[in-house]
Amino acid sequence: MLQEPVIRARGLVKCFGALRAVEGVDFDVPPARCFGFLGPNGAGKTTTLKMLMGLADFDAGELSVLGFELPAQARAIRARVGLVPQGDNLDPDFTVRENLFMYARFFGLTRREVAGRVDELLEFANLTHKADARVDQLSGGMQRRLTIARALVNDPDIVVLDEPTSGLDPQMRHVIWGRLSELRARGVTLVLTTHYMEEAERLCDELVVMDHGRILDQGSPGELIRRHVEPDVIELRGEVSDGVFATLSSMSSRCERHGTAVYVYTGAPTVILDFLGEADGLTVIHRRAGLEDVFLHLTGRELRE
Amino acid sequence: MKRSIWQMPRARAAAFAVFARNFLVWRKLLGPAIVLNFGEPVIYLLGLGIGLGALVGDIGGLPYLVFLASGIVASSAMISVSFEGMYSVYTRMVPQKTFDAIMATPLDIDDIILGETVWAAFKGLLSAVAILIVAALLGAVPGGMMALWALPVVFLLGLAFAGPAIIMTAIADNYDFFNYYFVLVVTPMFMLSGVFFPIETLPGWMQTAVLILPLTHAIEVIRPLIVGEPVEHLFGHLAVLAGFAVVAYYVAVALVRRRLWD
Ligand SMILES: Nc1ncnc2c1ncn2[C@@H]1O[C@H](COP(=O)(O)OP(=O)(O)OP(=O)(O)O)[C@@H](O)[C@H]1O
Ligand SMILES: [Mg+2]
Repeated sequence: MLQEPVIRARGLVKCFGALRAVEGVDFDVPPARCFGFLGPNGAGKTTTLKMLMGLADFDAGELSVLGFELPAQARAIRARVGLVPQGDNLDPDFTVRENLFMYARFFGLTRREVAGRVDELLEFANLTHKADARVDQLSGGMQRRLTIARALVNDPDIVVLDEPTSGLDPQMRHVIWGRLSELRARGVTLVLTTHYMEEAERLCDELVVMDHGRILDQGSPGELIRRHVEPDVIELRGEVSDGVFATLSSMSSRCERHGTAVYVYTGAPTVILDFLGEADGLTVIHRRAGLEDVFLHLTGRELRE
Repeated sequence: MKRSIWQMPRARAAAFAVFARNFLVWRKLLGPAIVLNFGEPVIYLLGLGIGLGALVGDIGGLPYLVFLASGIVASSAMISVSFEGMYSVYTRMVPQKTFDAIMATPLDIDDIILGETVWAAFKGLLSAVAILIVAALLGAVPGGMMALWALPVVFLLGLAFAGPAIIMTAIADNYDFFNYYFVLVVTPMFMLSGVFFPIETLPGWMQTAVLILPLTHAIEVIRPLIVGEPVEHLFGHLAVLAGFAVVAYYVAVALVRRRLWD
C-alpha cells in the first residue's frame, strides 16, 4: 500500500488485571478501505476498537489514528471518527430525528449546520417515515440503522463498526451492506468486526483473524483462503465408517471429523466425488472453500468461554 | 499510556451540550415536573406552616410560616439536586448507556459530569423558585425583591450537593444503594440544619457539629435574604459551599472515570 495508513498500531497490549486481552498486535489500516477484525468471542476485537477510539487505555505499544497519537489526542480523533458500538445506546428520551440532532451537538455542530445532513442521513437509513417516532418504537433493525446514521452525523473520515449486523435478518443485513459499500465508495474508511463470514468476504478488503488477543494472520479474503485451505471442500453428513474415513484421508490433503460431519479438503474434488458415488446414506456437499474454513482452521473448533 | 483517574478535570464549554440534552428531555415532561415542583411546597407550607404555625407562633421573631418557607427553599433544592444526581444520573450512566454514547464524541467525562452538575443545580433552582412563588403568594416573603438574591445562593447550594450525589452514583451497584445516602445524609440535614427550627435550639455540641453540613451554611444565607435581614458571615458561608462544590466535582469526575474507563 503506497498511501499512508489512517490507523497504525504497533505492539499494542491491553490487560484487564491478570487477563491479557490484547497481546501485542500490529496492523495498518489503509485509507478508504474496509478493514475487518474476525475472531471468536473474547478474542479482543471490541477491546482493540475501544483503544483506537481512545476509550480504553493500553498497557504498551503505539497507536495513531489520522496522524494523531493516542492517548494524548483522543478528542481530536473522536471528532473525525464515528462509532457504531456492539450494543445500541440510542437516547430513549428522544425521537429518531432528535437523536441525530442531539448527537451532532456533542460534536459542537449546531442544528442549522446539520439540518441538511440529518435529512440525508434519515434518507440513507430508510428512516424518513420514522423520523418522529420514539426510539423504543423502532424494530431492532431500524435501531441499528439509526445507530449507523448517528455515527455519520459528524461526517467522519473513519467509521468503526462493532458487529454492525448481529441479530438482524438477512434482508436487513443486505440493506446495511449496501449502505456500507456506499460509504466506502465515498472514501470513508471502515473498520468493522463481524461473526458473519459472508459479511467479511463481501465487505472487507483486508482482514485480520484474532484469537486470545493475538493476530493469527492477515490479508485479503482471497489471500487468506489461498494461504490456509485447499480450494475445494467436500462435506459429508451421516455415518462415515473408519475405513471410508481412512481412504478419504489418503486421497485428500486434509480430512477432519467434527461431530457427525466429515470435512474433506482437496485440490482435486472429482476423484473423491467419484469414490463417494458408491457410498449410500450420506449427504455429500461439494463447495468452494471460504473464510469460514480459514477461520476454523486458524482458531480451532473448540468452544470458547 | 495509562490515564490517571485523578488527573485534573479539564471541562470545556462543550459541556453545555450535556446540560442542553437534559433540558430538552425535561421540557418534554414539563407537566409532571411542574406538578412536583409546585405541588409539594404548597402542601408543606400549608400543612406545616399554617397548621403547625398556629401552635408554634413566632420563631426567632419570625412568623413560623416565614421561618419555614425560607428553610424549605433551601432544603427542597437539596432534595431535588440529590434525586437528580443519583436516580437520574444513574439511569443515564448505567441502564441507558447515555454516557457511553457521549464518550464516543469529543466530550470527556470531565464535560459530562460538569454538564450533569450544572443541570442538577438548575433543577434545584427550579424547585426553589417554585417555593418562593408559593411563599410569596402566601405572604411569607417579607424581604420582597431582595429575596431574589437567594437564588444564586440556591444555585451554589445545588452545585455543592450535585457532586456528592454523583459520587454515590459512581459507586452504586443499583438504585437501592441510594437509600443509605438519603437516610444517613439528606434526612439528617433536612432535620438538623435549621429548616424546621433554629439550630440554636440544639445542644451546644450539636450546634458545632451541624456547621460541617453545607445545608446549614446555605440556610444561614438564604433565610435572611428572604426575610429581608442583613446576612452575617456571608463570604464564610459561600466559601464553604464553593469548597464543597469544587472538591465534590473533582472526586465525582475521578470516580466516574474509575467506573467507565477501561
Ligand atoms: N472491562 C473489562 N474488564 C475485564 N475484562 C474485560 C473487559 N472488557 C473485556 N474484557 C475481557 O477481555 C477479553 C476480550 O474482550 P473483547 O470484548 O475485546 O472480545 P471480543 O473479541 O469483542 O468478543 P465478542 O466477539 O464476544 O464481542 C475477554 O476475555 C473479555 O472478557
Ligand atoms: Mg466484541
